[in-house]
Amino acid sequence: MAGASTAVPAVVVRRSLAGQGADWRGLIFQGLLLLSVVITLLFLFILLADVFSRALPVFTERGGSFLSSSLSSSAARSGVIQGLFGSFVIAIIVVIVAFPIGIMTAIYLEEYAPDTRLTQLISINIRNLAGVPSVVYGLLGLAVFVQLLGPLTGGRSVIAGGLTLAVLVLPIVIITSAESLRAVPQALREAGYGIGASRWQVTRSLVLPSAAPGILTGTVLSLSRALGETAPLIVVGAVSGYFSTGNASTVDQLFGRFTALPMIVFNWAREPQQSAFGPLTAAAIVVLLLVTLSINAFAILLRNRFEKNW
Amino acid sequence: MAAAAQPGSPPLSVVLRGSAGRRRREQIIRAIFFGAASLSILVSIFIVLSLIFEAINFLAQIGLDQLVALGWFPRRGLFDLRTLFVGSVITTGIAILVAGPIGLGTAIYLSEYAQPRVRRIVKPILEILAGIPSVVLGFFALTWINPQLVQRLNPGAEGFNLMAAGIGVGVLIIPLIASVSEDAMRAVPRSLREASYGLGARRITTSLRVVFPAAISGITAAFIIGISRGIGETMVLAIAAGGSGGSIFQLNPFEPGQSITAAIAALATGTDQVRGASAAFPSLFFLGLILFFLTLSLNLAGDVFVRRTRQRY
Amino acid sequence: MTTPLEENMIHSTVAPPDPAVEGAAVAAPGRDAPIAVKIHSDGAPKPEVKGTPTPQTDVATVPVVRLRGMSFYYGSFRAVREVTFDVPKNEITALIGPSGSGKSTILRAINRMNDLIPSTRVEGEVLYNGEDLYGDRVDPVEVRRRIGMVFQKPNPFPKSIFDNVAFGPRVHGLKGNLNDLVEQSLRRAALWDEVKDKLKQSGTALSGGQQQRLCIARAIAVEPDVILMDEPASALDPRATLQIEELMHELEERYTIIVVTHNMQQAARASDNTVFLNMGEDRAGYVVEMGPTTQIFTNPKNQLTEDYVSGRFG
Repeated sequence: MAGASTAVPAVVVRRSLAGQGADWRGLIFQGLLLLSVVITLLFLFILLADVFSRALPVFTERGGSFLSSSLSSSAARSGVIQGLFGSFVIAIIVVIVAFPIGIMTAIYLEEYAPDTRLTQLISINIRNLAGVPSVVYGLLGLAVFVQLLGPLTGGRSVIAGGLTLAVLVLPIVIITSAESLRAVPQALREAGYGIGASRWQVTRSLVLPSAAPGILTGTVLSLSRALGETAPLIVVGAVSGYFSTGNASTVDQLFGRFTALPMIVFNWAREPQQSAFGPLTAAAIVVLLLVTLSINAFAILLRNRFEKNW
Repeated sequence: MAAAAQPGSPPLSVVLRGSAGRRRREQIIRAIFFGAASLSILVSIFIVLSLIFEAINFLAQIGLDQLVALGWFPRRGLFDLRTLFVGSVITTGIAILVAGPIGLGTAIYLSEYAQPRVRRIVKPILEILAGIPSVVLGFFALTWINPQLVQRLNPGAEGFNLMAAGIGVGVLIIPLIASVSEDAMRAVPRSLREASYGLGARRITTSLRVVFPAAISGITAAFIIGISRGIGETMVLAIAAGGSGGSIFQLNPFEPGQSITAAIAALATGTDQVRGASAAFPSLFFLGLILFFLTLSLNLAGDVFVRRTRQRY
Repeated sequence: MTTPLEENMIHSTVAPPDPAVEGAAVAAPGRDAPIAVKIHSDGAPKPEVKGTPTPQTDVATVPVVRLRGMSFYYGSFRAVREVTFDVPKNEITALIGPSGSGKSTILRAINRMNDLIPSTRVEGEVLYNGEDLYGDRVDPVEVRRRIGMVFQKPNPFPKSIFDNVAFGPRVHGLKGNLNDLVEQSLRRAALWDEVKDKLKQSGTALSGGQQQRLCIARAIAVEPDVILMDEPASALDPRATLQIEELMHELEERYTIIVVTHNMQQAARASDNTVFLNMGEDRAGYVVEMGPTTQIFTNPKNQLTEDYVSGRFG
């Protein structure tokens, strides 16, 4: 004991003396850290600035017609309306398929399932599904929704694409919803059970309202993720080129050939960038970013808004 | 309660059974939730089954010697896996070289140095970067990173090359590495930092000698998850790395190349034609299966490290 | 240091209890009698008393809850060992004892709250008006409706004061005027005057003591028979604590109360009967002694009880 009590001050003294001379090391270190933050921010800034400046001529010259035109082999007449339609349908399919199934799965895992090894295995399984590369989900979609269920989905249709992306975000919806449910204090549940509420009454009236902001934020973010995904759509067989929807009815459009915003970006990005498709690609990216980032911003807004109420 | 005392009311033993209607309702609701959960599980089983089925189909159609060839040209029956592995490894390696230091530096800065006000600004910006679709980063890698960075440093670099794609993937995983590492470092108890400062240690010493070692499991997890994400990334490579028809086996990062993911995308882009073409179509699923197990094992490893951090504190 | 004493007590555990409790039950007849009549006229479930206009103390204090050799297991660990005691009607029974003596576990076993914890198990019997609460066909939800609970930390729902109290009646589909029921419950919980003008405000905005009384109002709104209180005042300041204790005495008229406390003064002030528990060498809680509170505190039969109530250990 005596040895230790004398040793501590000695260390303090030595450290502080040694430190005086070596201060520049700390400064350089801090400078490097700051540099890495700046590089990160710079990448984002350059990316946005580069894309917007390339896209600007398209919007100034064409205005709204870029949004309302169909795909065409002529860059001057090409627009993204089919992509907007495809992405919109995909968003709806994700919302009506992935959200309810994902949230209900989370409720089952957190509120109903017994805490057995099987339940734990399922949880690990779901967490790993979230890490499976998106292109692999495309293969699932190709095998299941295009080939196996082709008669129902119309094969390479926007329905097959939407279902594929719904499956892709399902694990994310489950994980974020489960986290929100887990964050609800146990005391709240006990209070409910303590006055004789049933499991469903406790879940519906107490747990879900408390977890709703988190669940909402997580699901909305996953929607933005789904709308930005390209690889699964390529594999499922979204059109890579131009096609005419002509005056096809909405039903035909749902079961027929389709494309989506990120798919259009991919197709145009493969054209020689010196051609007229260069600015067009950037313009399509701007539209895509506006869609995904505004959904993200909406989610973050939701989160901040509800956080205040707590 | 009042009813219980009335004459003719059921005995307590019956009352305690509760309402049959409510019990049935509870059972139905539980069954619905269970059904949803089962569906989610079925999806994962379906993924593996569909991959395995077609992958076996592929292996049955080709000779194993076809897996080593001049390069990856599936439509011509050349399925050189080395080409794709090398492509994936080179781009993921470059991505980690870019995103590792930058992401980690950002994480240390945010966790140990930044004022709360700075954090509140930088964190959402990182979230924006994380939310940018990879197809956009592919375009950025092709049209800005390659001409402005890669070709300036090495004028001999091709228009499409693995280097630009790798840097693009790196930018993509910076936010991932930064946020997972930062979480790990913020999980280090305050008391440990205070003990270090109490000994008169400087911030750099505390960061590097106390916080960093204490958070090493989480930081390792961040890198493993980053690698997994890099290997699984498709669009940046499909756009910026070239080799859309196939590629020859080569090791130069300034030349075009193909990764496992990009090979799937490239082959699938023309799946209409591929459909009939012998082994090319099932080769998609064979590659998917490889990718699935590769990323699965990385994710499981990452999970182990993440859990190790949680256990400690 | 307490080892020899513990061993001493293990032997004396089983011997004294029942007569002691029965003694306790008869001990306070004067106060119980008029109350019994009042509840009776309310139509509360007291079939035994029905039709007997003259108060009969021995019937009025019949045990509502009886534990018969109850053991409680968390997995393979036995947390409570063969506990036997009776809880007389319309009295306050306090469970006291050091940490780990199983007070809360026993309390939560009485309304089957422990069912919510995975891999727990009860042996022996927990009887409510003669019915085994762990019987095959018993629905825990129904049990908890009749045996309400107030928790250690006030846990109002993040809803309005009104909705907090109305929650129970709503989920049970109770008919009648909800406004009246809420007012009546808040009055009985001695909270009405303080909150009657702000029923729409959030229950979580109240002070700690008010929150706890809100939780009591919430519990009695479903008209339970028994109210379990798990250290209801431990998170409160002394003034709020006294308020809760006074409230308990008022509630005693209508409800049977079982309260867990590690505050000796509180048990002495607020309860009619006391059950003293301790943790055995097998780390399982068991009953050391029980009886009327005055006897436990002034004339304990067991040395360990005396040491505990005089503050020498625990």
